[in-house]
Parts: sequence; C-alpha cells; structure tokens
Amino acid sequence: MNDWTELDRFLRTDPRDVGCAEAMGVLHVYVDLVATGAPADQRYPGVAAHLRACGPCGEDFEALLEAVRDAAD
Amino acid sequence: MMAVNHVVEGIPVAASQLDPESAEWLRVLGRGDQEREAALARLHEMLLRIAQREVQRRGPRLRISGPELEDLAYQAAADALMAITAKLGQFRGESRFTTWAYRFVILEVSHKVGRHFWRFPDVPLDAEDWDRLPDRFGFEPAQESEWRDLLAALRRAVDTELSPRQREAFVALVMNGVPLDALAVRLGSNRNAIYKMMFDARRKLRASLVANGYLTHHTSGRP
Repeated sequence: MNDWTELDRFLRTDPRDVGCAEAMGVLHVYVDLVATGAPADQRYPGVAAHLRACGPCGEDFEALLEAVRDAAD
Repeated sequence: MMAVNHVVEGIPVAASQLDPESAEWLRVLGRGDQEREAALARLHEMLLRIAQREVQRRGPRLRISGPELEDLAYQAAADALMAITAKLGQFRGESRFTTWAYRFVILEVSHKVGRHFWRFPDVPLDAEDWDRLPDRFGFEPAQESEWRDLLAALRRAVDTELSPRQREAFVALVMNGVPLDALAVRLGSNRNAIYKMMFDARRKLRASLVANGYLTHHTSGRP
C-alpha cells in the first residue's frame, strides 16, 4: 500500500478552518474551555480545525494551555 | 443596578459576570496607586515565567542560549505587559483574566522568535532543492518507484497552479523549513496572511493531484 499520509495531511484543507487571526482572537476562550473539560471543539469547530492544521497556532495553543494548567496546580 | 468595574479606557465589564480572581485583577489594575503597581509587578512575574519557559522550549530553533535567551524572555514579558495594560478595556470576561493576559506573552514570544530567526541568515529563502521533499513527506527510499511520479506531478502543480507569491511561500516553508512566523517577518506580512495564502496553495495542489489520479478524495489518514 502506498503511504502518502504526510503529503496528504499537509495538502488537505478543512473548509471550517477560520485562519490564524480569528483563532488567536478567541484562543483564551478556547483554552479555558479545554482546561475545564468543556467540548471546545464542538463550540468552536473552525478554531479546532485551524489548530489541527496550523503548526504555529497549534504550538501557541499548547503553550497557553500548559501555562493555564500550571497556574491551576 | 449591576456592579461594574470601570476599566482603563474601557468597555465596562460587569463584575458579576467575572470569576472572583479576574474581578480582583481588574479592580486593582484599574486603580492608580501602589496597589496597582504591586499587581503589575506580580503580573509581570507571571508573564516572565511563561516567557522563560517558552523561549527555552523554542530556543534550539533560534540557536541562542543563556543571556540572549533570557533577554528575549524579558522583552516578551515587558511588551506583553504593556499590551495588556493598554488593552485592559478590551477584556470582556469571556475567559479568566489570567488566560487572556497569558495569551499576550505567548504571542509575543512567537513573534520575537520569528524575528530572531533571521539573525542567522544562512537559511535560504528561495533555494529549490526538490530532493528534500521525499524526506519531508516521509517517502521511503525503497518505494521510490512508486513516489517518483507523484513527486514529479507535485512539482508540475507547483509550477503551473501556484501564483509567484504562493510558490515563493511553498519553497521557503516546505523545502527550506523556514518557520511561518519567520517568513511573515521576512515578507513584511503576518501569520494570518501567509497561512491563508498557503491554505489556497495547498487546496490547489491537492486538487491537481486528485484530478491527475495521484491522490483520492479519501487518501488521508486524518480523522
């Protein structure tokens, strides 16, 4: 079986993807939802789609989530 | 009447809508006395801690360490604090105050890391080495007979389907591994604009590979 998974993942786009500006604009809201166990990806599917596809925004999301969780500890 | 915190230059946020900690932050930061100074110092300390961890995490990409890395963290924390105090009136209580505030320092670190990337300008922006792509996309050398045509089709699509600007971004990001934030700095653009340009480029390339039978609509292993 051919394995073009990486290439396909890179090229595949999600029409729900809201882009960096909109995702970063609500990142604090999204992160608080995730941190409290709320279904953030259902409330903001376009943001979830973006964070899956955009490396820099995904990294910022992970960093903010970690900061929030550390502060809560 | 609903209790309101009147914040700097601000849109009032209803205190009753905030968690107690966020309400307290707004109360003290909205004052003009020593209590505010103490709160700013505490907030700066929190921001600096986050900035230090982030620059440490991203430091290897920057190829800097020690005092320079520490400077970067201090700059990010200071700039974030300035942005937070200037934009305090924009906090609407949609999240906890600290989460809103931490976002500023995370984004400052990302931006500064992107700018710092070009301190070592040995990374080519426009060198085209197509031999890097198999490794970039995890193509196994043993399967070259299978992916050689796919790679050639991808190259044709890059040449024929993308605009000059999209092609430039593709070469920098994909072939030369330039981080997206760094490319945005170099092109005098921003993360959102570069991402959208590449979003359209990716869609065009995939459509071309699907149309020519190299990928299917359901090729991806993505959920």
